[in-house]
Amino acid sequence: MTAENTSGAAPVTAEDIEQALLGFLTEKIKSPVAADQDLFASGLVSSMFAMQLVVHLETEYGIAIIGPELKLDNFRTVQAMTSLVMRLRNGSPLPADA
Amino acid sequence: MGTDPAGHRLAIIGGGVMGTNIATLAVGHGIPVVLVDVSETVLAGAATTVAGKLRHAQLMGTLPGRPPGALTTTVSLREVGAVTAVVEAVTEVPETKAKVLAEVSEVVPPGTTLISNTSCIPIDEMAASVVRPGELVGVHFMNPAYLITTVEVIRGPRTDDQTMDAVTALLTALGREGIVIRDAPGFVINRLLHPLINHAAMVAQKGTATPEMVDALLEGCLGHSTGPLRTADLIGLDNLVDSLNVLYERTGDESCRPCELLLQKVREGSLGRKTGQGFYDYGKVAS
Repeated sequence: MTAENTSGAAPVTAEDIEQALLGFLTEKIKSPVAADQDLFASGLVSSMFAMQLVVHLETEYGIAIIGPELKLDNFRTVQAMTSLVMRLRNGSPLPADA
Repeated sequence: MGTDPAGHRLAIIGGGVMGTNIATLAVGHGIPVVLVDVSETVLAGAATTVAGKLRHAQLMGTLPGRPPGALTTTVSLREVGAVTAVVEAVTEVPETKAKVLAEVSEVVPPGTTLISNTSCIPIDEMAASVVRPGELVGVHFMNPAYLITTVEVIRGPRTDDQTMDAVTALLTALGREGIVIRDAPGFVINRLLHPLINHAAMVAQKGTATPEMVDALLEGCLGHSTGPLRTADLIGLDNLVDSLNVLYERTGDESCRPCELLLQKVREGSLGRKTGQGFYDYGKVAS
């Protein structure tokens, strides 16, 4: 796993996050994906890889995905994951390692 | 003791992949667990692992929404206190399992269900080591135990009716469906699955196809949700080799003799997901 987007240099716009996630997924599952594609319904993402996605988002964007946010629907598409990251970054008391 | 989680308290022996899987399943269903291992370091890591696996279970929506059971740990079998059942999940080596089960059966009072999560060792073979053979039953949880609801239940020839009733109640409280079968090396699942994985590794060893191609064919053509070599990485290649040896020694079936590629990966420490590297590269270990 590469970590080119370490805390201080993490992208902040939804577009940047979406592009970074598309790149990460393409590298990991060795298949191009669309931002609105259901990753689980298409069989591209397994239940085991789903947890790797959680850890990846937390590590890359300095967020904690807990409580009711920790549900599969938040990881179903790149768009959903982007919304989750934006929501938690904006509402989170923990900025990305100032 | 019934199907209400409040009536159950488990001791789980072994803080490895399956011990932490079963602990996650139980705690996530509101059943208190005392996890036992010979190593404090393993236990400290296991508690963290269980917390991560509980998150995974929540993510996948497989928990019933009850308050979680408490998880405690100890390095001493004598400190497990009053439990309704003990689940043995130590290394798949017959001598190790026999030793642990013998010690457990001397410590717990009569009426405590003894469960072995063995992959392949016949239950009656291990029953020879315990004080009360009627109380020993096999429950082969799948990996991850907190996601897969069906389990293989092995009734040994000496397993008594009270033990079968108790294990059925426990599995119901855990939200699992048990399919009860008779005793044999590898039971049903691993008598079929382990030779398949061994052959899949041989195919990769010969260069007929890459691991990705082998798995893609079985997933795409046969509808397997996870191909055999990804499954091998999930099981752990060291455990797989131990289990294949158990099968080979007891059946003489050449298809169960671990192939060179498997042995090589174990020698190199590439044990699958738990080390981040097996047939596939997992990068950072996620849970």
